[in-house]
Amino acid sequence: MTYHLETAEHPEKLRRVAIDPVSRVEGHGKVTLLLDEDNKVRQVRLHIVEFRGFEKFIQGRPYWEVPVMVQRLCGICPVSHHLAASKAMDAIVGAKRLTPTAEKIRRLMHYGQIMQSHALHFFHLCSPDLLFGFDSEVGQRNIVGVAAKHPETARRGVLIRKFGQEAIRLTAGKRIHGTGSIPGGVNKSLSVEERDYLLKDIYQIVAWCRDAVHLARELHETDPALYNSFGIFRSHFMSLIGADGQMDLYDGRLRARDDSGAIHFDGVAQADYEKYIQEEVKPWSYMKFPYFRALGNERGWYKVGPLARVQNCDSIPTPLADAERREFLDYAGGMPMHTALGYHWTRMIEMLHAAETIKDLLHDPDILGGDLMTTGERGFEGFGMIEAPRGTLIHHYRVDENDLVSMCNLIVSTTHNNQAMNEAIRHVARRYLHGREITEGLLNHIEVAIRAYDPCLSCATHALGKMPLAVELVDAAGTLVHRLQRDA
Amino acid sequence: MSASVAPFVVLACGNPSRGDDALGPLLLARLDGWLRAEGVAGHFELIEDFQFQVEHALDLQGRAAALFIDAGEGTPAPFTLRPAQPDDALGHGTHAIPPAAVLAVYRRVVGGEPPPTSVLCVRGEHFALGEGLSPAAAAHLEAAWPRLQTFCHDLLRAMVREL
Repeated sequence: MTYHLETAEHPEKLRRVAIDPVSRVEGHGKVTLLLDEDNKVRQVRLHIVEFRGFEKFIQGRPYWEVPVMVQRLCGICPVSHHLAASKAMDAIVGAKRLTPTAEKIRRLMHYGQIMQSHALHFFHLCSPDLLFGFDSEVGQRNIVGVAAKHPETARRGVLIRKFGQEAIRLTAGKRIHGTGSIPGGVNKSLSVEERDYLLKDIYQIVAWCRDAVHLARELHETDPALYNSFGIFRSHFMSLIGADGQMDLYDGRLRARDDSGAIHFDGVAQADYEKYIQEEVKPWSYMKFPYFRALGNERGWYKVGPLARVQNCDSIPTPLADAERREFLDYAGGMPMHTALGYHWTRMIEMLHAAETIKDLLHDPDILGGDLMTTGERGFEGFGMIEAPRGTLIHHYRVDENDLVSMCNLIVSTTHNNQAMNEAIRHVARRYLHGREITEGLLNHIEVAIRAYDPCLSCATHALGKMPLAVELVDAAGTLVHRLQRDA
Repeated sequence: MSASVAPFVVLACGNPSRGDDALGPLLLARLDGWLRAEGVAGHFELIEDFQFQVEHALDLQGRAAALFIDAGEGTPAPFTLRPAQPDDALGHGTHAIPPAAVLAVYRRVVGGEPPPTSVLCVRGEHFALGEGLSPAAAAHLEAAWPRLQTFCHDLLRAMVREL
């Protein structure tokens, strides 16, 4: 199956523009545009140019090592991998139901991760685009530019992120490479001093998160023509859903809706994910393309992440975030919102939900408890799903009699959104680039569409001098005509 | 959770499972052992992370000096050790930001001038998942290590002179 603008006829006759790698996106991604002599867009692709080899990295390891080592897959959301692997390995040690303390400590860790990741994304990766405009001077379009022009916004972003990281540090035991979550439970709870340390700031954090939702909403209301249409395309949604249809970012069953909001499937147990989701390989990208089996690869692709979750659930179990969810739905007019920039608004609703959830957990005496572990009958297969900041994260393992991982399958959030991101940049290319001279500001429109999904394309390699932004123009004969590069 | 901080902070970033990206964490671990053996560990706070980010500006508060350690790709071999200045005109950002941008964030978010800061950049060659340190990077690490020791000694001597 190929989509409109996915594969051009006679590509050898077209001019090639490469954005390599995509800036402010985690990992190694590249966008290529093929243009004809009139600058008409003929092909648009988001490639993943690095083979990640996650499964090979994990197979053969003792199962108890996995929750710690998978954190090294990603320097941006290591806690999500830590918890998804722990949940899968719970089944290996026979822990069918965690102790209340263990589950709540894990939830505290997870919602700290949601908060810090969403704060980084909104305040530091996207606010430069949103507050300055997509065509603004490139030197201004970064977080330092935001800090200069909007010091209070930047300061709050830093402090919200820091608070989330402190919640992680205190529950995981370390700032990075945490060991707090282990198969069958956790290895520490909070002391009263640690609880009070977080409690003293949480009300301020909740207030700031609520302000951030309002900022995101104001951006939509200020320029609805842009925000309601940028990178728009219709698709299915998917996420985990908790009890009674409520948003639950830590656990639940899979639910999918179609583009008009009707339920496609619901109540799917995590262990049954392969009955509903299939992955397609395409020769031009290392990242697979998942789709719903029942609909096939042509119609069955979908979005995950904040825009999906906020519209997939029936309610949010914290009052301020739920009120904001209802305002968002009202704004959308009773039909699902599909615009790429809707991710930012919903991401802030989730950040508020994370702050409220942390507040509630800090008032729960179970987080101070000492009953940390559960075990039971030994198992040989485990499924761990979690709603990571960027969307549904699936860990699936088989463990042999020698306690070694014999099979590993990971579907990370960004992989679920692969087709959606490609569709978004094709829409933007048609709308903004088609038939025009390519400028840096226009190319940034492509990156804005990708960044809305907050993709995490690889893992944490951030050596100095690495991660340059290069834009290459290559003529139909393959000759490099012009190259721009800025080092990160 | 303590109000007092060590006078010096060393921040190293890298992923220990990404080949030569481990240079920063490896140097930090070696530094930790050496500072303890020298009996001066209390004067340094050592912070490891996957990448430098905006919140590290908060780790600079109240310090007499700071050092960032990272692997470099395409940077001078075997290493460079240079002072860093706040720079808020560094082009595009990424999920990580360079030390100079952390210092610029300090100015904006914390206020005032950040402490004197240096960057130790050790050249790496290969950064693939699951790889160990390359022989070239291992040699660069050995070359950088005595310079790092000297740098820390100099910080301590300067602190003693000011007492």
